[in-house]
Amino acid sequence: MSILSEPFFQRALIAGLAVALVSGPVGCFIVWRRMAYFGESLAHSGLLGVGLGLLMNFNITLGAVATATVLALLLLTLRRQQGLATDTLLGVLSHTALALGLIVVGLATGAASDHMDILFGDVLTVSTQDVWAVWIGAGLVLLSLSFMWRDLIATSVHEELARAEGVKVERIELAFILLIAVMTAIAMKIVGLLLITALMVIPAATARRLATTPERMAVLAATFSGLSVIGGLLASAFIGGASGPCVVLAASSFFALTLLVPQAS
Amino acid sequence: MLKVNDALLSARDVTLDINGRLILDHVNLDVRKREIVTVIGPNGAGKSTLIRVMLGLRPLTSGRIERRDNLTVGYVPQSFPHTANVPMNVERLLSLTLKPSAKDMDSALDEVGIAHLKHARVTSLSGGEMQRALLARALLRKPDLLVLDEPVQAVDFIGEMKLYELISSIRKTHGCGILMVSHDLHMVMAESDHVVCLNGHVCCEGGPEKVQADPEFAKLFGPSAARMIAAYAHHHDHDHEPHDHSQHDHPHHHHDHKH
Repeated sequence: MSILSEPFFQRALIAGLAVALVSGPVGCFIVWRRMAYFGESLAHSGLLGVGLGLLMNFNITLGAVATATVLALLLLTLRRQQGLATDTLLGVLSHTALALGLIVVGLATGAASDHMDILFGDVLTVSTQDVWAVWIGAGLVLLSLSFMWRDLIATSVHEELARAEGVKVERIELAFILLIAVMTAIAMKIVGLLLITALMVIPAATARRLATTPERMAVLAATFSGLSVIGGLLASAFIGGASGPCVVLAASSFFALTLLVPQAS
Repeated sequence: MLKVNDALLSARDVTLDINGRLILDHVNLDVRKREIVTVIGPNGAGKSTLIRVMLGLRPLTSGRIERRDNLTVGYVPQSFPHTANVPMNVERLLSLTLKPSAKDMDSALDEVGIAHLKHARVTSLSGGEMQRALLARALLRKPDLLVLDEPVQAVDFIGEMKLYELISSIRKTHGCGILMVSHDLHMVMAESDHVVCLNGHVCCEGGPEKVQADPEFAKLFGPSAARMIAAYAHHHDHDHEPHDHSQHDHPHHHHDHKH
């Protein structure tokens, strides 16, 4: 296990655990609110921000947060006009942003260069600065989530009822979307933009089968997410593959295992 | 007969126009203390929309909603589609936006007859049990006004009768006003003080007897509905055994519950 003493691996692991800590609870809300496709679209649009950041020389993490936020706001606006179904709108916006992102990243790095690391995660690219950024981002997301926890759960259970009972639903939804955008950016280097949603949805789906309260489900999801990050990163180091797919496959394995356990509710 | 100023919640000339379609057309409605007001009407008549507008859940095109100061509303929504996803039991469902004391929680559950389901998973509840849980939830707010949107949907016939009896008894014990939507006719007529027959606009309104006799009511629900309701109301006064009712042939009853 000499890999464990490698500084780059330690950095990836420490950053990865912060990602897992957040992806568990955020993923639960994505599962409860049926927003998997929405989260995926936000993540994909992050590539455009990365490209713009590379092209114009600013921080790519902030770039990803910015484009994901813009896409989310655009979607909320278009959805209010009630012209097209939400998933159709997502299909249009998400793939437009992804295509645009691929082109802009290509322009920034030169056509020959590949950007697999951004799409699928690459532990070799995690710097000490990234570790700090990920932990601070994760801390902010968890803190915001704890402030809006009750209202967000009430809204997820029954939006109209929550609204009738005085919950500021619009504000809560907007805040949650911003959290997904931040989540996307901090998970980018570990699992990659294409697979971020998987790290949110799969551990939450795994926890759903075992949990009887929302809080237990969130803790369980974070635990499964953390175990997936550890297992996935180890596997990635040993087989030399991209970290994202390894982490996601680890998460899928836990999901498959819990299918053997009877459902809690 | 109408005393406007003592209403808990009123709709004044409420009009809602969605893309040129008139969903609500100058609707006026008042709910007072200790009064059960029921809105009936065919599907697509705008009943649930009217409720949402009155609760401030959706904007209106013109007109206004008058709400008594500091009015506490207990709302029982029509359906509960998302619960299956968030794991929780009845106790948690009742404390989503409130922090009721254990005593209040127990007495609310007891009142709606599901004290034994306090720790049951929400996903395991039947339609009737869910409605009772939602009713307990609304009662915990100590409402001045209880608003129920299709309270007996997904409830079987016997459960339906009991639920209406429960709603009626809540009015007596809590002294709150009740605004209810239904496309069920029989028991509505037996328990309501004021019936509003809605089809975009208010077709007719008044006490149950008056509404049944109204030609507009017959036009909307068919002449057989009026006779059937009269028969029901009479029967209901004398006999509370539910199995007796099921022997009657009530085509409208079955029709109404297919939705």
